[in-house]
Amino acid sequence: MSARGRGGHWGRRGLIGIPYLWLVLFTLLPLAIVLKISFAESRLAIPPYGPLFETGDGGLRLGATLESYARLLSDSLYIRAYLSSIRYALAATLISLLLGYPMAYAIARAPKAWRVALLMLVILPFWTSFLLRVYAWIGLLKGNGLVNNVLIALGVVSEPLPLLNNSFSVVLGLVYGYLPFMVLPLYATLERLDPALLEAAADLGCRPWRAFLRVTLPLSLPGIVAGSLLVFIPAIGEFVIPELLGGPGTLMVGKVLWDEFFNNHDWPVASAVAVAMLLLLALPMATMRRFLREEAR
Amino acid sequence: MSGRRSLFLPAMLALGYLFLYGPIVSLIVYSFNASRLVTVWAGFSTRWYGELLQNAAIGDAAWTSLRIAVISASAALVLGTLAGFVLNRYTRFRGRGFFAWLLSVPLVLPEVIMGLSLLLLFVDLESWVGWPAGRGLLTIVIAHAALGTAYVAVVVQARLHSFDRSLEEAALDLGARPWKVFAVITLPLIAPALAAGWLLAFTLSLDDLVLASFTSGPGATTLPMWIFSSVRLGVNPQANALATIMVAVVTLAAVLAGRLLTGPRARAQES
Repeated sequence: MSARGRGGHWGRRGLIGIPYLWLVLFTLLPLAIVLKISFAESRLAIPPYGPLFETGDGGLRLGATLESYARLLSDSLYIRAYLSSIRYALAATLISLLLGYPMAYAIARAPKAWRVALLMLVILPFWTSFLLRVYAWIGLLKGNGLVNNVLIALGVVSEPLPLLNNSFSVVLGLVYGYLPFMVLPLYATLERLDPALLEAAADLGCRPWRAFLRVTLPLSLPGIVAGSLLVFIPAIGEFVIPELLGGPGTLMVGKVLWDEFFNNHDWPVASAVAVAMLLLLALPMATMRRFLREEAR
Repeated sequence: MSGRRSLFLPAMLALGYLFLYGPIVSLIVYSFNASRLVTVWAGFSTRWYGELLQNAAIGDAAWTSLRIAVISASAALVLGTLAGFVLNRYTRFRGRGFFAWLLSVPLVLPEVIMGLSLLLLFVDLESWVGWPAGRGLLTIVIAHAALGTAYVAVVVQARLHSFDRSLEEAALDLGARPWKVFAVITLPLIAPALAAGWLLAFTLSLDDLVLASFTSGPGATTLPMWIFSSVRLGVNPQANALATIMVAVVTLAAVLAGRLLTGPRARAQES
Protein backbone atom coordinates (compact mmCIF):
# COMPACT_ATOMS: atom_id res chain seq x y z
CA MET A 1 0.00 0.00 0.00
CA SER A 2 2.82 2.36 0.83
CA ALA A 3 4.06 2.11 -2.72
CA ARG A 4 0.95 3.86 -3.95
CA GLY A 5 1.93 6.95 -2.00
CA ARG A 6 4.96 7.25 -4.24
CA GLY A 7 2.86 9.12 -6.81
CA GLY A 8 3.50 12.02 -4.51
CA HIS A 9 1.46 14.82 -3.12
CA TRP A 10 1.91 17.00 -6.16
CA GLY A 11 0.99 14.27 -8.61
CA ARG A 12 -2.26 13.73 -6.77
CA ARG A 13 -2.96 17.46 -6.66
CA GLY A 14 -2.40 17.73 -10.36
CA LEU A 15 -4.62 14.75 -11.12
CA ILE A 16 -7.47 16.27 -9.15
CA GLY A 17 -6.72 19.86 -10.09
CA ILE A 18 -6.78 19.57 -13.87
CA PRO A 19 -10.31 18.20 -14.31
CA TYR A 20 -11.52 20.33 -11.38
CA LEU A 21 -10.24 23.50 -12.99
CA TRP A 22 -11.79 22.49 -16.31
CA LEU A 23 -15.18 21.90 -14.70
CA VAL A 24 -15.12 25.16 -12.77
CA LEU A 25 -14.09 27.10 -15.88
CA PHE A 26 -16.44 25.52 -18.42
CA THR A 27 -19.40 24.33 -16.37
CA LEU A 28 -19.71 26.38 -13.19
CA LEU A 29 -18.48 29.77 -14.40
CA PRO A 30 -20.77 29.83 -17.48
CA LEU A 31 -23.83 29.18 -15.31
CA ALA A 32 -22.75 31.92 -12.89
CA ILE A 33 -22.47 34.31 -15.84
CA VAL A 34 -25.97 33.39 -17.03
CA LEU A 35 -27.25 34.27 -13.56
CA LYS A 36 -25.29 37.54 -13.64
CA ILE A 37 -26.57 38.59 -17.06
CA SER A 38 -30.16 37.75 -16.17
CA PHE A 39 -29.94 40.71 -13.76
CA ALA A 40 -28.28 43.03 -16.30
CA GLU A 41 -29.90 45.78 -18.32
CA SER A 42 -30.66 45.12 -21.96
CA ARG A 43 -28.78 47.56 -24.19
CA LEU A 44 -28.28 48.27 -27.85
CA ALA A 45 -24.58 47.60 -27.72
CA ILE A 46 -22.00 44.88 -28.21
CA PRO A 47 -22.39 42.88 -26.05
CA PRO A 48 -26.06 43.85 -25.66
CA TYR A 49 -26.18 44.19 -21.89
CA GLY A 50 -24.97 46.61 -19.24
CA PRO A 51 -22.65 45.97 -16.28
CA LEU A 52 -24.12 45.21 -12.86
CA PHE A 53 -21.98 47.91 -11.29
CA GLU A 54 -20.84 51.07 -13.01
CA THR A 55 -18.45 53.73 -11.89
CA GLY A 56 -19.49 57.06 -13.36
CA ASP A 57 -19.59 60.72 -12.28
CA GLY A 58 -21.96 59.92 -9.43
CA GLY A 59 -19.71 57.24 -7.99
CA LEU A 60 -20.75 53.62 -7.98
CA ARG A 61 -24.04 52.98 -9.73
CA LEU A 62 -26.00 49.79 -9.37
CA GLY A 63 -26.86 48.51 -12.83
CA ALA A 64 -28.58 45.35 -11.64
CA THR A 65 -32.26 45.11 -12.42
CA LEU A 66 -35.13 42.68 -12.18
CA GLU A 67 -36.49 43.94 -15.51
CA SER A 68 -35.96 40.65 -17.35
CA TYR A 69 -37.75 38.65 -14.68
CA ALA A 70 -40.56 41.21 -14.62
CA ARG A 71 -40.98 40.65 -18.36
CA LEU A 72 -41.13 36.91 -17.87
CA LEU A 73 -44.02 37.38 -15.48
CA SER A 74 -45.86 40.17 -17.27
CA ASP A 75 -45.75 38.89 -20.86
CA SER A 76 -48.03 35.86 -21.01
CA LEU A 77 -45.91 34.38 -23.82
CA TYR A 78 -43.32 33.09 -21.35
CA ILE A 79 -45.77 31.57 -18.90
CA ARG A 80 -47.68 29.90 -21.72
CA ALA A 81 -44.40 28.55 -23.10
CA TYR A 82 -43.51 27.08 -19.69
CA LEU A 83 -46.88 25.48 -19.20
CA SER A 84 -47.03 23.99 -22.68
CA SER A 85 -43.44 22.72 -22.36
CA ILE A 86 -44.48 20.85 -19.23
CA ARG A 87 -47.62 19.52 -20.95
CA TYR A 88 -45.76 18.34 -24.04
CA ALA A 89 -42.96 16.80 -21.99
CA LEU A 90 -45.41 14.98 -19.71
CA ALA A 91 -47.45 13.69 -22.67
CA ALA A 92 -44.26 12.52 -24.41
CA THR A 93 -43.04 10.81 -21.22
CA LEU A 94 -46.33 8.98 -20.71
CA ILE A 95 -46.61 7.82 -24.33
CA SER A 96 -42.94 6.75 -24.35
CA LEU A 97 -43.61 4.72 -21.22
CA LEU A 98 -46.68 3.04 -22.70
CA LEU A 99 -44.79 2.16 -25.88
CA GLY A 100 -41.38 1.59 -24.32
CA TYR A 101 -42.42 -0.69 -21.47
CA PRO A 102 -43.77 -3.52 -23.66
CA MET A 103 -40.75 -3.12 -25.93
CA ALA A 104 -38.30 -3.40 -23.04
CA TYR A 105 -40.29 -6.30 -21.59
CA ALA A 106 -40.31 -8.14 -24.91
CA ILE A 107 -36.54 -7.68 -25.32
CA ALA A 108 -35.85 -8.79 -21.73
CA ARG A 109 -37.94 -11.94 -22.27
CA ALA A 110 -36.49 -12.70 -25.71
CA PRO A 111 -34.04 -15.61 -26.12
CA LYS A 112 -30.69 -14.56 -24.70
CA ALA A 113 -28.92 -14.75 -28.04
CA TRP A 114 -31.30 -12.16 -29.53
CA ARG A 115 -31.26 -9.59 -26.76
CA VAL A 116 -28.08 -7.77 -27.74
CA ALA A 117 -29.23 -7.48 -31.35
CA LEU A 118 -32.72 -6.32 -30.38
CA LEU A 119 -31.26 -3.74 -28.01
CA MET A 120 -28.79 -2.66 -30.67
CA LEU A 121 -31.75 -1.95 -32.95
CA VAL A 122 -33.17 0.43 -30.34
CA ILE A 123 -29.87 2.29 -29.98
CA LEU A 124 -28.83 2.34 -33.64
CA PRO A 125 -31.00 5.32 -34.71
CA PHE A 126 -29.02 7.42 -32.20
CA TRP A 127 -25.98 7.17 -34.35
CA THR A 128 -27.63 8.86 -37.28
CA SER A 129 -28.30 12.57 -37.27
CA PHE A 130 -31.02 13.57 -34.80
CA LEU A 131 -31.82 16.57 -37.00
CA LEU A 132 -32.34 14.43 -40.10
CA ARG A 133 -34.49 11.91 -38.23
CA VAL A 134 -36.76 14.71 -37.01
CA TYR A 135 -36.74 16.23 -40.48
CA ALA A 136 -37.96 12.91 -41.91
CA TRP A 137 -41.28 13.45 -40.15
CA ILE A 138 -41.93 16.62 -42.16
CA GLY A 139 -42.09 14.54 -45.32
CA LEU A 140 -44.30 11.96 -43.63
CA LEU A 141 -46.76 14.27 -41.89
CA LYS A 142 -47.30 17.20 -44.23
CA GLY A 143 -50.55 17.75 -46.12
CA ASN A 144 -49.48 15.77 -49.19
CA GLY A 145 -47.11 13.60 -47.17
CA LEU A 146 -46.91 9.84 -47.03
CA VAL A 147 -49.22 9.32 -44.03
CA ASN A 148 -51.99 11.44 -45.50
CA ASN A 149 -51.57 9.87 -48.95
CA VAL A 150 -51.92 6.39 -47.46
CA LEU A 151 -54.93 7.37 -45.35
CA ILE A 152 -56.67 8.90 -48.38
CA ALA A 153 -55.80 5.93 -50.62
CA LEU A 154 -57.27 3.58 -48.01
CA GLY A 155 -60.40 5.73 -47.83
CA VAL A 156 -59.97 6.36 -44.10
CA VAL A 157 -60.20 10.10 -44.65
CA SER A 158 -61.24 12.15 -47.68
CA GLU A 159 -59.32 15.32 -46.81
CA PRO A 160 -55.69 15.44 -45.64
CA LEU A 161 -55.49 15.56 -41.85
CA PRO A 162 -53.60 18.45 -40.26
CA LEU A 163 -50.74 16.38 -38.83
CA LEU A 164 -47.86 18.85 -39.00
CA ASN A 165 -46.99 22.06 -37.14
CA ASN A 166 -49.31 21.38 -34.22
CA SER A 167 -49.28 19.77 -30.77
CA PHE A 168 -49.66 16.33 -32.31
CA SER A 169 -46.49 16.56 -34.37
CA VAL A 170 -44.50 18.07 -31.49
CA VAL A 171 -45.44 15.30 -29.04
CA LEU A 172 -44.87 12.67 -31.71
CA GLY A 173 -41.43 14.15 -32.41
CA LEU A 174 -40.55 14.14 -28.71
CA VAL A 175 -41.61 10.49 -28.33
CA TYR A 176 -39.69 9.58 -31.46
CA GLY A 177 -36.54 11.38 -30.34
CA TYR A 178 -36.45 10.08 -26.78
CA LEU A 179 -38.09 6.63 -26.86
CA PRO A 180 -34.71 4.82 -26.71
CA PHE A 181 -33.93 6.69 -23.45
CA MET A 182 -37.06 5.08 -22.00
CA VAL A 183 -36.40 1.57 -23.31
CA LEU A 184 -32.79 1.26 -22.09
CA PRO A 185 -33.25 1.76 -18.32
CA LEU A 186 -36.50 -0.23 -18.39
CA TYR A 187 -34.70 -3.08 -20.08
CA ALA A 188 -31.90 -2.89 -17.51
CA THR A 189 -34.31 -3.40 -14.59
CA LEU A 190 -36.56 -5.93 -16.34
CA GLU A 191 -33.63 -8.04 -17.43
CA ARG A 192 -32.39 -8.35 -13.84
CA LEU A 193 -35.80 -9.44 -12.66
CA ASP A 194 -35.75 -13.03 -11.45
CA PRO A 195 -38.31 -15.11 -13.40
CA ALA A 196 -38.58 -17.37 -10.35
CA LEU A 197 -40.57 -14.61 -8.64
CA LEU A 198 -43.24 -14.76 -11.36
CA GLU A 199 -43.24 -18.55 -11.24
CA ALA A 200 -43.73 -18.41 -7.49
CA ALA A 201 -46.63 -16.00 -7.95
CA ALA A 202 -48.17 -18.28 -10.58
CA ASP A 203 -47.71 -21.36 -8.38
CA LEU A 204 -49.49 -19.56 -5.59
CA GLY A 205 -52.45 -19.04 -7.92
CA CYS A 206 -51.75 -15.49 -9.01
CA ARG A 207 -53.11 -14.63 -12.46
CA PRO A 208 -50.57 -13.25 -14.99
CA TRP A 209 -51.96 -9.73 -14.99
CA ARG A 210 -52.10 -9.62 -11.23
CA ALA A 211 -48.57 -10.98 -11.00
CA PHE A 212 -47.48 -8.27 -13.40
CA LEU A 213 -49.12 -5.54 -11.30
CA ARG A 214 -47.95 -6.87 -7.94
CA VAL A 215 -44.49 -8.20 -8.83
CA THR A 216 -43.06 -6.98 -12.14
CA LEU A 217 -44.33 -3.41 -12.07
CA PRO A 218 -43.14 -2.53 -8.54
CA LEU A 219 -39.75 -4.16 -9.14
CA SER A 220 -39.27 -2.22 -12.37
CA LEU A 221 -40.10 1.09 -10.71
CA PRO A 222 -36.46 2.30 -10.71
CA GLY A 223 -36.39 1.77 -14.48
CA ILE A 224 -39.68 3.61 -14.90
CA VAL A 225 -38.42 6.59 -12.89
CA ALA A 226 -35.05 6.70 -14.65
CA GLY A 227 -36.59 6.35 -18.11
CA SER A 228 -39.24 8.98 -17.40
CA LEU A 229 -36.63 11.47 -16.22
CA LEU A 230 -34.41 10.73 -19.21
CA VAL A 231 -37.34 11.62 -21.49
CA PHE A 232 -38.85 14.46 -19.47
CA ILE A 233 -35.70 16.51 -18.80
CA PRO A 234 -34.42 16.86 -22.38
CA ALA A 235 -37.97 17.20 -23.69
CA ILE A 236 -38.54 20.31 -21.56
CA GLY A 237 -35.61 22.18 -23.09
CA GLU A 238 -35.93 20.75 -26.59
CA PHE A 239 -35.38 23.17 -29.46
CA VAL A 240 -35.05 21.21 -32.70
CA ILE A 241 -38.40 19.40 -32.46
CA PRO A 242 -40.65 22.43 -31.83
CA GLU A 243 -38.66 24.37 -34.42
CA LEU A 244 -39.03 21.80 -37.20
CA LEU A 245 -42.31 20.07 -36.34
CA GLY A 246 -44.09 22.77 -34.35
CA GLY A 247 -46.13 25.72 -35.55
CA PRO A 248 -47.12 29.16 -34.35
CA GLY A 249 -49.36 27.60 -31.69
CA THR A 250 -46.81 25.27 -30.16
CA LEU A 251 -44.71 27.27 -27.75
CA MET A 252 -41.83 25.61 -25.99
CA VAL A 253 -39.43 27.24 -23.61
CA GLY A 254 -36.26 26.03 -25.37
CA LYS A 255 -37.41 27.66 -28.59
CA VAL A 256 -38.40 30.85 -26.74
CA LEU A 257 -34.87 31.07 -25.30
CA TRP A 258 -33.38 30.53 -28.77
CA ASP A 259 -35.59 33.22 -30.31
CA GLU A 260 -34.83 35.73 -27.55
CA PHE A 261 -31.15 35.20 -28.15
CA PHE A 262 -30.86 34.87 -31.92
CA ASN A 263 -33.81 36.95 -33.13
CA ASN A 264 -34.42 39.59 -30.45
CA HIS A 265 -30.77 39.78 -29.32
CA ASP A 266 -32.05 40.22 -25.79
CA TRP A 267 -29.37 38.42 -23.80
CA PRO A 268 -30.67 39.36 -20.33
CA VAL A 269 -34.14 37.97 -21.09
CA ALA A 270 -32.64 34.85 -22.68
CA SER A 271 -30.59 34.40 -19.49
CA ALA A 272 -33.65 34.93 -17.29
CA VAL A 273 -35.51 32.29 -19.33
CA ALA A 274 -32.57 29.94 -18.75
CA VAL A 275 -32.58 30.59 -14.99
CA ALA A 276 -36.33 30.03 -14.81
CA MET A 277 -35.97 26.81 -16.83
CA LEU A 278 -33.30 25.62 -14.38
CA LEU A 279 -35.64 26.28 -11.46
CA LEU A 280 -38.34 24.28 -13.22
CA LEU A 281 -35.91 21.41 -13.83
CA ALA A 282 -34.13 21.57 -10.46
CA LEU A 283 -36.19 18.82 -8.85
CA PRO A 284 -36.15 16.35 -11.77
CA MET A 285 -32.44 17.02 -12.36
CA ALA A 286 -31.58 16.44 -8.69
CA THR A 287 -33.55 13.19 -8.76
CA MET A 288 -31.74 12.17 -11.93
CA ARG A 289 -28.34 12.85 -10.44
CA ARG A 290 -29.19 10.79 -7.37
CA PHE A 291 -30.12 7.99 -9.73
CA LEU A 292 -26.88 8.28 -11.68
CA ARG A 293 -24.92 8.12 -8.44
CA GLU A 294 -26.77 5.06 -7.24
CA GLU A 295 -26.32 3.37 -10.59
CA ALA A 296 -22.61 4.10 -10.49
CA ARG A 297 -22.32 2.53 -7.05
CA MET B 1 -49.52 -18.49 -20.20
CA SER B 2 -52.22 -17.16 -22.47
CA GLY B 3 -51.47 -16.97 -26.17
CA ARG B 4 -52.75 -13.42 -26.16
CA ARG B 5 -49.77 -11.97 -24.36
CA SER B 6 -47.27 -13.94 -26.34
CA LEU B 7 -48.63 -12.14 -29.41
CA PHE B 8 -48.99 -8.77 -27.71
CA LEU B 9 -45.32 -8.36 -26.86
CA PRO B 10 -43.83 -9.14 -30.29
CA ALA B 11 -46.50 -6.94 -31.86
CA MET B 12 -45.55 -4.00 -29.64
CA LEU B 13 -41.88 -4.62 -30.38
CA ALA B 14 -42.55 -4.63 -34.12
CA LEU B 15 -44.62 -1.47 -33.79
CA GLY B 16 -41.78 0.18 -31.87
CA TYR B 17 -39.22 -0.71 -34.51
CA LEU B 18 -41.55 0.43 -37.28
CA PHE B 19 -41.90 3.75 -35.46
CA LEU B 20 -38.12 4.10 -35.01
CA TYR B 21 -37.12 3.01 -38.51
CA GLY B 22 -40.06 4.06 -40.71
CA PRO B 23 -38.94 7.68 -40.97
CA ILE B 24 -35.35 6.66 -41.72
CA VAL B 25 -36.49 4.27 -44.44
CA SER B 26 -38.68 7.00 -45.94
CA LEU B 27 -35.66 9.35 -46.08
CA ILE B 28 -33.69 6.71 -47.95
CA VAL B 29 -36.47 5.90 -50.41
CA TYR B 30 -37.18 9.54 -51.24
CA SER B 31 -33.50 10.33 -51.67
CA PHE B 32 -33.74 8.36 -54.94
CA ASN B 33 -36.82 10.26 -56.10
CA ALA B 34 -36.41 12.29 -59.26
CA SER B 35 -38.94 14.90 -58.14
CA ARG B 36 -37.97 17.86 -56.02
CA LEU B 37 -41.33 17.51 -54.26
CA VAL B 38 -39.89 14.71 -52.12
CA THR B 39 -43.22 12.96 -51.44
CA VAL B 40 -44.41 12.73 -55.06
CA TRP B 41 -42.69 9.76 -56.68
CA ALA B 42 -41.39 10.66 -60.15
CA GLY B 43 -39.06 7.77 -60.85
CA PHE B 44 -35.66 6.58 -59.70
CA SER B 45 -32.81 9.03 -59.85
CA THR B 46 -29.44 9.63 -58.24
CA ARG B 47 -29.62 13.29 -59.17
CA TRP B 48 -29.58 14.56 -55.55
CA TYR B 49 -26.43 12.60 -54.77
CA GLY B 50 -24.72 14.29 -57.68
CA GLU B 51 -25.83 17.72 -56.49
CA LEU B 52 -24.85 16.87 -52.94
CA LEU B 53 -21.34 15.85 -53.94
CA GLN B 54 -20.91 19.01 -56.00
CA ASN B 55 -22.11 21.23 -53.17
CA ALA B 56 -18.91 22.75 -51.81
CA ALA B 57 -20.69 24.23 -48.78
CA ILE B 58 -21.65 20.77 -47.53
CA GLY B 59 -18.15 19.46 -48.06
CA ASP B 60 -16.72 22.36 -46.04
CA ALA B 61 -19.29 21.90 -43.30
CA ALA B 62 -18.62 18.15 -43.11
CA TRP B 63 -14.88 18.74 -42.89
CA THR B 64 -15.36 21.38 -40.17
CA SER B 65 -17.60 19.00 -38.21
CA LEU B 66 -15.18 16.14 -38.52
CA ARG B 67 -12.24 18.19 -37.31
CA ILE B 68 -14.22 19.57 -34.37
CA ALA B 69 -15.47 16.08 -33.46
CA VAL B 70 -12.01 14.48 -33.51
CA ILE B 71 -10.33 17.24 -31.49
CA SER B 72 -13.14 17.68 -28.95
CA ALA B 73 -13.59 13.93 -28.45
CA SER B 74 -9.87 13.53 -27.83
CA ALA B 75 -9.86 16.38 -25.32
CA ALA B 76 -12.96 14.93 -23.67
CA LEU B 77 -11.27 11.53 -23.52
CA VAL B 78 -8.29 12.90 -21.59
CA LEU B 79 -10.32 15.12 -19.25
CA GLY B 80 -13.14 12.62 -18.75
CA THR B 81 -10.73 9.77 -18.01
CA LEU B 82 -8.90 11.96 -15.50
CA ALA B 83 -12.18 12.98 -13.88
CA GLY B 84 -13.51 9.42 -13.76
CA PHE B 85 -10.20 8.22 -12.36
CA VAL B 86 -10.12 10.90 -9.68
CA LEU B 87 -13.65 10.04 -8.54
CA ASN B 88 -12.92 6.32 -8.49
CA ARG B 89 -9.52 6.39 -6.83
CA TYR B 90 -9.59 9.41 -4.54
CA THR B 91 -12.50 8.83 -2.26
CA ARG B 92 -11.52 11.58 0.15
CA PHE B 93 -10.50 15.06 -0.88
CA ARG B 94 -11.92 18.46 -0.16
CA GLY B 95 -14.73 19.37 -2.56
CA ARG B 96 -15.19 15.83 -3.88
CA GLY B 97 -18.99 16.01 -3.66
CA PHE B 98 -18.99 19.30 -5.54
CA PHE B 99 -16.63 17.83 -8.13
CA ALA B 100 -19.00 14.91 -8.72
CA TRP B 101 -21.95 17.31 -8.92
CA LEU B 102 -20.21 19.55 -11.48
CA LEU B 103 -19.24 16.54 -13.56
CA SER B 104 -22.86 15.40 -13.83
CA VAL B 105 -24.26 18.83 -14.73
CA PRO B 106 -23.68 18.58 -18.52
CA LEU B 107 -25.53 15.24 -18.55
CA VAL B 108 -28.79 16.81 -17.42
CA LEU B 109 -28.47 20.44 -18.47
CA PRO B 110 -30.73 21.38 -21.41
CA GLU B 111 -28.63 22.06 -24.51
CA VAL B 112 -29.98 25.57 -25.01
CA ILE B 113 -28.86 26.57 -21.51
CA MET B 114 -25.43 25.01 -21.92
CA GLY B 115 -25.01 26.71 -25.31
CA LEU B 116 -26.11 30.09 -24.01
CA SER B 117 -23.96 29.84 -20.88
CA LEU B 118 -20.81 28.92 -22.80
CA LEU B 119 -21.31 31.70 -25.31
CA LEU B 120 -21.76 34.25 -22.50
CA LEU B 121 -18.58 32.87 -20.90
CA PHE B 122 -16.61 33.28 -24.13
CA VAL B 123 -17.87 36.84 -24.58
CA ASP B 124 -16.99 37.75 -20.99
CA LEU B 125 -13.60 36.02 -21.13
CA GLU B 126 -12.74 37.89 -24.29
CA SER B 127 -13.47 41.22 -22.67
CA TRP B 128 -11.57 40.30 -19.48
CA VAL B 129 -8.46 38.56 -20.78
CA GLY B 130 -8.72 38.85 -24.56
CA TRP B 131 -9.09 35.10 -25.00
CA PRO B 132 -10.66 33.42 -26.91
CA ALA B 133 -10.35 36.07 -29.61
CA GLY B 134 -13.62 35.85 -31.46
CA ARG B 135 -15.68 32.72 -31.89
CA GLY B 136 -15.31 29.85 -34.29
CA LEU B 137 -13.75 26.44 -34.41
CA LEU B 138 -11.97 26.72 -31.05
CA THR B 139 -15.04 27.79 -29.07
CA ILE B 140 -17.13 24.97 -30.57
CA VAL B 141 -14.37 22.51 -29.70
CA ILE B 142 -14.36 23.71 -26.09
CA ALA B 143 -18.15 23.49 -25.86
CA HIS B 144 -18.19 19.97 -27.26
CA ALA B 145 -15.30 18.90 -25.05
CA ALA B 146 -17.20 20.22 -22.02
CA LEU B 147 -20.17 18.04 -22.95
CA GLY B 148 -18.11 15.00 -23.94
CA THR B 149 -16.02 15.03 -20.75
CA ALA B 150 -19.10 14.26 -18.65
CA TYR B 151 -20.07 11.30 -20.83
CA VAL B 152 -16.54 9.89 -21.00
CA ALA B 153 -16.33 10.15 -17.20
CA VAL B 154 -19.53 8.10 -16.82
CA VAL B 155 -18.23 5.34 -19.10
CA VAL B 156 -14.77 5.28 -17.49
CA GLN B 157 -16.20 5.30 -13.97
CA ALA B 158 -18.46 2.38 -14.79
CA ARG B 159 -15.47 0.43 -16.07
CA LEU B 160 -13.25 1.29 -13.10
CA HIS B 161 -16.07 0.32 -10.76
CA SER B 162 -15.95 -3.29 -11.93
CA PHE B 163 -12.16 -3.24 -12.10
CA ASP B 164 -9.99 -5.80 -10.34
CA ARG B 165 -7.24 -3.88 -8.55
CA SER B 166 -5.17 -6.93 -7.67
CA LEU B 167 -3.12 -6.74 -10.88
CA GLU B 168 -2.19 -3.14 -10.18
CA GLU B 169 -1.31 -3.96 -6.60
CA ALA B 170 0.83 -6.89 -7.70
CA ALA B 171 2.76 -4.66 -10.08
CA LEU B 172 3.25 -2.04 -7.38
CA ASP B 173 4.43 -4.69 -4.93
CA LEU B 174 6.93 -5.85 -7.51
CA GLY B 175 8.33 -2.35 -7.59
CA ALA B 176 6.77 -0.81 -10.69
CA ARG B 177 6.30 2.94 -10.55
CA PRO B 178 2.69 4.21 -10.43
CA TRP B 179 2.89 5.81 -13.89
CA LYS B 180 4.26 2.62 -15.36
CA VAL B 181 1.49 0.60 -13.69
CA PHE B 182 -1.04 2.97 -15.21
CA ALA B 183 0.47 2.75 -18.69
CA VAL B 184 1.16 -0.99 -18.76
CA ILE B 185 -1.71 -2.44 -16.72
CA THR B 186 -4.56 -0.02 -16.08
CA LEU B 187 -4.70 1.60 -19.50
CA PRO B 188 -4.90 -1.63 -21.55
CA LEU B 189 -7.54 -3.00 -19.17
CA ILE B 190 -9.81 0.02 -19.51
CA ALA B 191 -9.05 0.53 -23.21
CA PRO B 192 -12.49 -0.71 -24.42
CA ALA B 193 -14.19 1.82 -22.13
CA LEU B 194 -11.89 4.55 -23.42
CA ALA B 195 -12.74 3.64 -27.02
CA ALA B 196 -16.46 3.64 -26.21
CA GLY B 197 -16.14 6.99 -24.42
CA TRP B 198 -14.25 8.59 -27.28
CA LEU B 199 -16.78 7.30 -29.80
CA LEU B 200 -19.65 8.63 -27.70
CA ALA B 201 -18.04 12.08 -27.43
CA PHE B 202 -17.25 12.01 -31.15
CA THR B 203 -20.86 11.21 -32.06
CA LEU B 204 -22.28 13.81 -29.67
CA SER B 205 -20.06 16.42 -31.28
CA LEU B 206 -20.85 15.36 -34.82
CA ASP B 207 -24.59 15.47 -34.12
CA ASP B 208 -24.78 18.67 -32.11
CA LEU B 209 -26.66 21.65 -33.48
CA VAL B 210 -27.49 23.74 -30.43
CA LEU B 211 -24.08 24.14 -28.73
CA ALA B 212 -22.43 24.79 -32.08
CA SER B 213 -25.00 27.40 -33.10
CA PHE B 214 -24.49 29.34 -29.88
CA THR B 215 -20.70 29.16 -29.74
CA SER B 216 -19.91 29.42 -33.44
CA GLY B 217 -18.78 32.54 -35.19
CA PRO B 218 -18.64 33.64 -38.81
CA GLY B 219 -16.82 31.14 -40.97
CA ALA B 220 -17.42 28.09 -38.80
CA THR B 221 -20.45 26.22 -40.06
CA THR B 222 -20.81 22.62 -38.94
CA LEU B 223 -22.71 19.95 -40.82
CA PRO B 224 -25.75 20.04 -38.45
CA MET B 225 -25.83 23.82 -38.86
CA TRP B 226 -25.90 23.41 -42.64
CA ILE B 227 -28.61 20.74 -42.44
CA PHE B 228 -30.66 22.89 -40.09
CA SER B 229 -30.58 25.96 -42.28
CA SER B 230 -31.50 23.89 -45.32
CA VAL B 231 -34.44 22.00 -43.81
CA ARG B 232 -36.04 24.56 -41.48
CA LEU B 233 -37.87 26.02 -44.46
CA GLY B 234 -39.21 22.68 -45.64
CA VAL B 235 -38.03 19.60 -47.47
CA ASN B 236 -34.76 19.48 -49.33
CA PRO B 237 -33.87 16.38 -51.39
CA GLN B 238 -30.15 16.91 -50.80
CA ALA B 239 -30.76 16.45 -47.08
CA ASN B 240 -32.37 13.09 -47.89
CA ALA B 241 -29.32 12.03 -49.90
CA LEU B 242 -27.05 13.12 -47.05
CA ALA B 243 -29.15 11.14 -44.56
CA THR B 244 -28.87 8.03 -46.72
CA ILE B 245 -25.09 8.31 -46.85
CA MET B 246 -24.96 8.77 -43.07
CA VAL B 247 -27.19 5.74 -42.48
CA ALA B 248 -24.99 3.65 -44.75
CA VAL B 249 -21.83 4.71 -42.91
CA VAL B 250 -23.38 4.12 -39.48
CA THR B 251 -24.78 0.71 -40.43
CA LEU B 252 -21.41 -0.35 -41.76
CA ALA B 253 -19.68 0.85 -38.59
CA ALA B 254 -22.26 -0.91 -36.42
CA VAL B 255 -21.80 -4.20 -38.27
CA LEU B 256 -18.02 -3.90 -37.93
CA ALA B 257 -18.26 -3.00 -34.24
CA GLY B 258 -20.65 -5.93 -33.71
CA ARG B 259 -18.13 -8.24 -35.37
CA LEU B 260 -15.38 -6.91 -33.09
CA LEU B 261 -17.45 -7.09 -29.92
CA THR B 262 -18.73 -10.59 -30.55
CA GLY B 263 -15.41 -11.73 -31.98
CA PRO B 264 -13.54 -14.76 -30.63
CA ARG B 265 -11.80 -12.74 -27.92
CA ALA B 266 -14.99 -11.22 -26.52
CA ARG B 267 -16.67 -14.62 -26.59
CA ALA B 268 -13.75 -16.14 -24.71
CA GLN B 269 -14.04 -13.40 -22.08
CA GLU B 270 -17.73 -14.03 -21.61
CA SER B 271 -17.41 -17.72 -20.91
